[in-house]
Order: sequence, then structure tokens, then C-alpha cells
Amino acid sequence: MGKRTVVPFGPQHPVLPEPIHLDLVLEDEKVVEAIPSIGFVHRGLEKLVEKRDYQEMAYVSERICGICSFVHGHGYCETLEGLFQVEVPDRAKFLRIMWGELSRMHSHLLWLGLMADAFGFESLFMQAWRLREKILDIFEQTTGGRIIHSVCKVGGLWRDVPEDMLKKIVETLEGMEGELQELANVFLKDYTVQKRTQGLGKMSAEEAFECGAMGPMLRGSGVAMDMRGLGQSGYEHLKFDPVVEQGGDCYARTNVRIREVFQSIDLIKQAIGLMPEGSIENKVKGSPEGECLVRMEQPRGQVIYYAKANGTRHLERFRVRTPTFANIMPLLNMLPGCDLADVPILVLTIDPCISCTER
Amino acid sequence: MSYLPKSPWLVHYDASSCNGCDIEVLACLTPLYDVERFGVLNIGNPKHADIFVVTGSVNEQNRSVIQNIYNQMAEPKVVVAVGACASSGGIFRECYNVQGGVDNVIPVDVYVSGCAARPEAIIDGVVQALGVLEQKYEESKKKGAETSHV
Ligand code: SF4
Repeated sequence: MGKRTVVPFGPQHPVLPEPIHLDLVLEDEKVVEAIPSIGFVHRGLEKLVEKRDYQEMAYVSERICGICSFVHGHGYCETLEGLFQVEVPDRAKFLRIMWGELSRMHSHLLWLGLMADAFGFESLFMQAWRLREKILDIFEQTTGGRIIHSVCKVGGLWRDVPEDMLKKIVETLEGMEGELQELANVFLKDYTVQKRTQGLGKMSAEEAFECGAMGPMLRGSGVAMDMRGLGQSGYEHLKFDPVVEQGGDCYARTNVRIREVFQSIDLIKQAIGLMPEGSIENKVKGSPEGECLVRMEQPRGQVIYYAKANGTRHLERFRVRTPTFANIMPLLNMLPGCDLADVPILVLTIDPCISCTER
Repeated sequence: MSYLPKSPWLVHYDASSCNGCDIEVLACLTPLYDVERFGVLNIGNPKHADIFVVTGSVNEQNRSVIQNIYNQMAEPKVVVAVGACASSGGIFRECYNVQGGVDNVIPVDVYVSGCAARPEAIIDGVVQALGVLEQKYEESKKKGAETSHV
């Protein structure tokens, strides 16, 4: 047995923009144990329900995370709509799907970029982020914000998207497909990239399921679990099959995310094709009462929202359970036994979003 | 505008931001604006950096981290607080674990507004920070000259 050393990773680390701290116990170059400590981003946002009324909380919940901000706003609004027992009009549903899938695309492209950065492929990182800007442009043109959109409200949406803009979105996305394919080819066919990702962080289907992995982590190990398949919030009208890969390693997970980007383009096109004319809001009146739980598929996996109301304008309890929290467990299982140089790739393969996790 | 004969290097720390401002800081470095072509580098080592870019507000846990990074930087140094959170606590200022803006812990020279702060605003903030850096540089030179004279 070699001598043991402890290498701290984070909270300020060049690979990850976000603060997470891992104490890596090393034996020579091999990791034997990883001890996480979190809490650097904890704000205590759920408790804000006592100070902000239920409409204002929609803005707060968008700021759970700046990457999937739309999805969080959407999830919160859907939970409240459950409490009020209102159904949003179809047009609003499809617009929400459109923005939700655009969020997924931009989140996955962001992740692909960071992943490329983690294995030191700088130009690939830039390429991924260049493509991502096109999606942010669509967001800016339709909602007014690049990152924080504030477009969902309880009962519907704040703003509609005109028909010619919808056409333009489809054109932009179709124009991107070629470039995305080029990007995908590098990630999937390049020899050096394969060397870094194939066979790394292997998880079998049972293992992944047992330790509670979510989203692309789970689907990369061959388990077809995707909350979009639940047949809710408009997805029941779309043709949708979860993307599944069997490999269970970093390569398979990259592949899942790349295929999901293409799938999102397809879903957006379907949603725009089905979008009816009409209003975008069913007004809610009064104050919420009761309990509601909503499950949704975020770019990183399943997210759960729970709200409890007591008939006042302030909720009694609001709770979010985010996918990264579930994915930290598989990460801790994967780290022991790997080389120190592979740690950044393994940390990134779970697509960590610390500010979601700690709120 | 500044006439410093060198390009500033930044160190970025995400205090308790929602990621919104962080990815906008990164967006400045990537093809949209690509400030790296002017030699502005985002580097991991605080000892090499001139400008400290902080996003997000201060909480109990990260207080010491911010202080630590600041202390590691060499003089002259400038702090830029990016976003509403870093400036005052922003939307989270009433949360139980948020103690307010970064100026609670370290002196801040430039505040960038916005939630999320736009990349244009961030770049503008960094350019202003350059002005402050130059001033501090001049001052430190003067001080140095005075002490050597005595
Ligand atoms: S200012 Fe807004 S976007 Fe920036 S970190 Fe704070 S909440 Fe997020």
C-alpha cells in the first residue's frame, strides 16, 4: 500500500465554475475515497415563501438555477396550477414545451463545452458555446432575457410568440442541425476524445438504479426513465421515446446528451406544428389551498416540486428536489479507483448543478 | 479608459449565485465576445490575477473562501461585484443564509448591475476596473518612490 495523500478539489477550481468541495484521498495516482462537502451556495430560498406571495415566488424559483431557469419557473407554476386546479390553454402548453426544450438544448451544449474543456479540448469548448449562443438569441428574441426569462406565470404565460417568429425559430434550428452534427462527430468519433471517455466511470443498469441516478446518468446505463413520458403538460400529444444508451460509461452519457439535443429539435418542431391559436392564460383567482406534487424532466434528470398552501397568499411550504442531488451518490461510487487526472471528467459527467442542489 | 501596458487577468469565484451571472461571465470569454483575444484571461490561480470577479452573495460557508482568495491576490488588485446578488444580495437578500453583498467581506471597487448581468455590462465593468487598477498602480508607485527617497 502506498502512502495516502489528501488533495482538495474546489470550492474554487478552474474546471468547474461552481463551488463544490471534494477531499480526494489518493494512493499514488489513484483515488481511494472522495469526501464531499457542500453548502457554499445555500441560500435558503424555499423559506422565502413566507415573505413573497405565490405570484412573486415564480420569479424566485426561476433563480434556483440560471441554467435551467425556465424549467424551474415552469415547474413551480405547474405545481401552483395543480393547487388551483386550473388547466393552462393548449397554446401556452406548447409554448412551454418549446422553451423547455430550448433550455435542454442550451444546457446540454453548455455541458458539452465544459466537458471538452475538462479534457483539454479548448476549441471544441468554444464551438459548443458558439452554437449555444444561437439558442440564447432565440430566448432573447422571444422572452427578452438571455438567462432569466420570467415568462411563466401561474395560470399561463406573460407573453405570446408571434407566428412569424415561430417560423424563424424552426428555420434557425434546422440550420443548426448540420453544425451540431459536426460537433457530435468530434465527441463521438475522435480518437483522443474516445480515449478519455470510453470505459470511464462504468455503471451497470442495476447499480445506476440502486443508487438513485437520474436523467442522462440513468439513461446512459440503459434504463429508460424519462418524466416526459408521463403524458403530462402537453407531452402526451407529441411523439416521444426516451433516448437510451447501453454503455454505462462517460462516452454513453455524452452520447445520450448529444442525441437529446437532436430530439429536442424534433420535439420543438412537433410542438410548433401542433400549436393552436388562442389565449395563453387562464386567470387564477383567490389564494391556493391544499397540497400538490409535480414531477418533471429537467436537462439533468427528474425534478420534484412540492407545495403546501393554507388559503393565504403565502405558501406554507415549498420544496424542490433536484437531480444533481440524486446524482452525487453515483459520483461518489464512481470516483474510487480512478486516476487523479480523470476526476474532472467524472465530476462533469453527472452534469453537476450545485446551485440547484443547495438552493 | 486605461493605458496600463498589460492585459488584466481575472479570477472568478461563484459565491452563492444562481449560475445566471456565472455563465454570463463565461459567455464573455467564449465566441460571443471573446475577450481572450485582448489578452483578458480567466485563470484559476488567484496569485496570478489582477481582477477578482465575484458573482453571488455572501453566506456563512463561503465568507472565508472569498476572504482567502482575496488575500492570495497580489497588490494592486481590484474587485468587481457582478450582478444584483453580489452587489446587495439581490432577490435573495431576505433569505436566512444570505448576509448581503460581497462588500460585507472585502472592499468592492466596481459594481455591475443586472439580474442576470448582461455580458456587455460585465465587460464594461471590467474595463472600468482597469481604470481603478491603473490608479492603484500609480499610487503604489508614488508610495514606493517616497519610501525609497526617505
Ligand atoms: S443577480 Fe440574478 S442572475 Fe445573478 S446570481 Fe443573482 S439571482 Fe442569479
